[in-house]
Amino acid sequence: MDITVESIVFLIFGVLTLGSALLVVTTRNLFHGALYLMASLFGVAGLFVLLAAPFLAGVQVVVYIGAIAILIIFAIMLTPQVTAMRSVRTAQWPVAVAVAVIFFALLVSVVTPLMDELGVDDFAADFTQENPPDVPADSLVRLGEQLVDPQQFMLPFEVASVLLMAALIGAVLLVWPEGTRSTPPGEAGDD
Amino acid sequence: MSLNEWIFIGLFFALSWILPATPIVLGKILAPRRPNPVKHQVYECGVETFGDTRVQFRAQYYIFALVFVLFDVELVFLFPWALAYNQLGLFALFEMTVFIFLLVVALVYTWRKGALTWA
Amino acid sequence: MTELLQDIGLSHGLAVFIAKAVGVMVVGAFGLLWTLLGIWIERKAAGRFQDRLGPNRVGPFGLIQSIADTVKILLKEDLMPQGADRWVFNLAPIVSVVSVMLIWAVVPFSGSWIGSDLNIGVLYLVAVGAFGTVAVLMAGWSSNNKYALLSAFRSVAQLVSYEVPMVLALLVPVLLSGSMSTQTIVEQQHIMYLLAVPLTVLIFLTSGQAETGRGPFDLLEAESEIVSGFHIEYSGMKFGMFYVAEFLHAFTIGVLTAILFMGGWRGPFAEDVPLLGFIYLMIKSMVAYMVLIWVRMTLPRLRIDQLLDFNWKFLVPLSLVNLLVVAFVWKILPDTDQINSFGDALVPTLVLLVVNIALIAGVGAILRERGRRERQRVEARLTAAESAAAGD
Repeated sequence: MDITVESIVFLIFGVLTLGSALLVVTTRNLFHGALYLMASLFGVAGLFVLLAAPFLAGVQVVVYIGAIAILIIFAIMLTPQVTAMRSVRTAQWPVAVAVAVIFFALLVSVVTPLMDELGVDDFAADFTQENPPDVPADSLVRLGEQLVDPQQFMLPFEVASVLLMAALIGAVLLVWPEGTRSTPPGEAGDD
Repeated sequence: MSLNEWIFIGLFFALSWILPATPIVLGKILAPRRPNPVKHQVYECGVETFGDTRVQFRAQYYIFALVFVLFDVELVFLFPWALAYNQLGLFALFEMTVFIFLLVVALVYTWRKGALTWA
Repeated sequence: MTELLQDIGLSHGLAVFIAKAVGVMVVGAFGLLWTLLGIWIERKAAGRFQDRLGPNRVGPFGLIQSIADTVKILLKEDLMPQGADRWVFNLAPIVSVVSVMLIWAVVPFSGSWIGSDLNIGVLYLVAVGAFGTVAVLMAGWSSNNKYALLSAFRSVAQLVSYEVPMVLALLVPVLLSGSMSTQTIVEQQHIMYLLAVPLTVLIFLTSGQAETGRGPFDLLEAESEIVSGFHIEYSGMKFGMFYVAEFLHAFTIGVLTAILFMGGWRGPFAEDVPLLGFIYLMIKSMVAYMVLIWVRMTLPRLRIDQLLDFNWKFLVPLSLVNLLVVAFVWKILPDTDQINSFGDALVPTLVLLVVNIALIAGVGAILRERGRRERQRVEARLTAAESAAAGD
């Protein structure tokens, strides 16, 4: 594996992603944990750029840092006495470790045959090769076309919308208690 | 798309941290520094602060954040659609209308429920 | 410049790197220096809008006012409240400036002067905005002040809410030009989009004003009634950086309006003389920016419930309808996928303009009706309260 500019940048983003991810679970301050999570997600965005998938990188930042991480911070503020929270080592931690290991093994077992199928035998070598094949210039336009093509991804695309709708309605149903309409009776209809 | 365009972004990202940091460091050097515990106390409407700063917030903040997250995900879908729009037929517009309509239904539900009214 | 460096014997890669680095410094330094002049222009203009003189004591026409302010702010003691989260507290103002500066990396200053012509340019603009939101949260959390924290959370609720109509407005030029690259969007504007989709521009400017947290959306800062918003505990140069970020963000909204809707650097002879293109861009940005200052100086402040209602119950539905209507008209018009000259763009622009005027008229009627009903509602409540008081 030769040392190229790409491999150095890859290392930087890799360390950023993994290091921050480690800090997320080890820090005792919930808010710091959320900030480290953002750094970790940002590292993933950087990796997407390196993989010549800038659209995914943009989506990663817009959705994960701009929305989901913010949502997590809002959720932190919903917990009573945020700063008084102390992480307690419960008896459950061996179970947690076991679950994590099993899931990691599952992921590896799913990804490995996929890489064979794609013809990637040495990931590192493939990644650092001198002239990787160019991504077609119109890849984003093709993405847009395929999303709405009835032969391709039209159904998943519309189902995604149903999922979003269900998520919002479900969340409001859970969070917003029944009978707490803030508008006085008689005026509720028009605003 | 070559990565060359991103070299500039990377450099810009690095430099854009230095530019605002410089005046702050300069300020640290030039400004007087006479710390004293009274000066650093938190002031709150003319009285000393009481209780913990990081208070519990209302659930409504969460609702707004959640509505935003869902719309944000929707917007991400809209980008490739808008980009490819000139190559698409009228049917694509119909599909997008359905897509948006479903989310608007959720918005209207939230609205009717009164969760969007700040109180 | 790359060729020049290669001529003196540098390798291609290194030459590209150095050329890019110089470009970064030029754009970055320009951004910060422009702030000094821009703040003076803004204060002068704000003064005129309010029938006063604005800064006029320091130097000719008060030109050196900004520099004097900088020196003053440099010499202020930098305080950090008790119990503050030291690292986060120090990083927040820097992140705040970074989020705005990053936008300038994709601004096409002229036909050939652009930092980086990303093919996801518009999405990049949305993405870097996320860092601004993070900066607000960092400042509010780390200050160890209930008001800073409350204000930060309300600010974020405002920022994320208004991001939805803003992105929906950004999608219109993407749709019309079939590209997310800022440079291509400028090149596609044979007739500026402002004339085709004025409603989109109004939505963009309104949500842009809210994104920068300026009047009438400045209820969280409200410098004339409460002290300040999420940056209440900041002093010295760290406060200065929040101030710079706010100004630069507001001006950047003007620049983006110029690029996405007013044809950017395009103008007579701009193709041949890059400097001319840059001057056109600055003039157009200034015009858009002045409109924003005008609004800021004219309208009274909103309440938080009005602010959020206005967004979710009016602006978001409106911008969704606007996007779909523009998309529909664009599709039923012939040959809109091949617009290569002024002539090609003329008919679609006129049709879209007519549709937009109809839309704006309809929206205006809705708004007037809502205003009338709201006035009646408040009046009815007041009379009820009065009669109740009289009954006692």
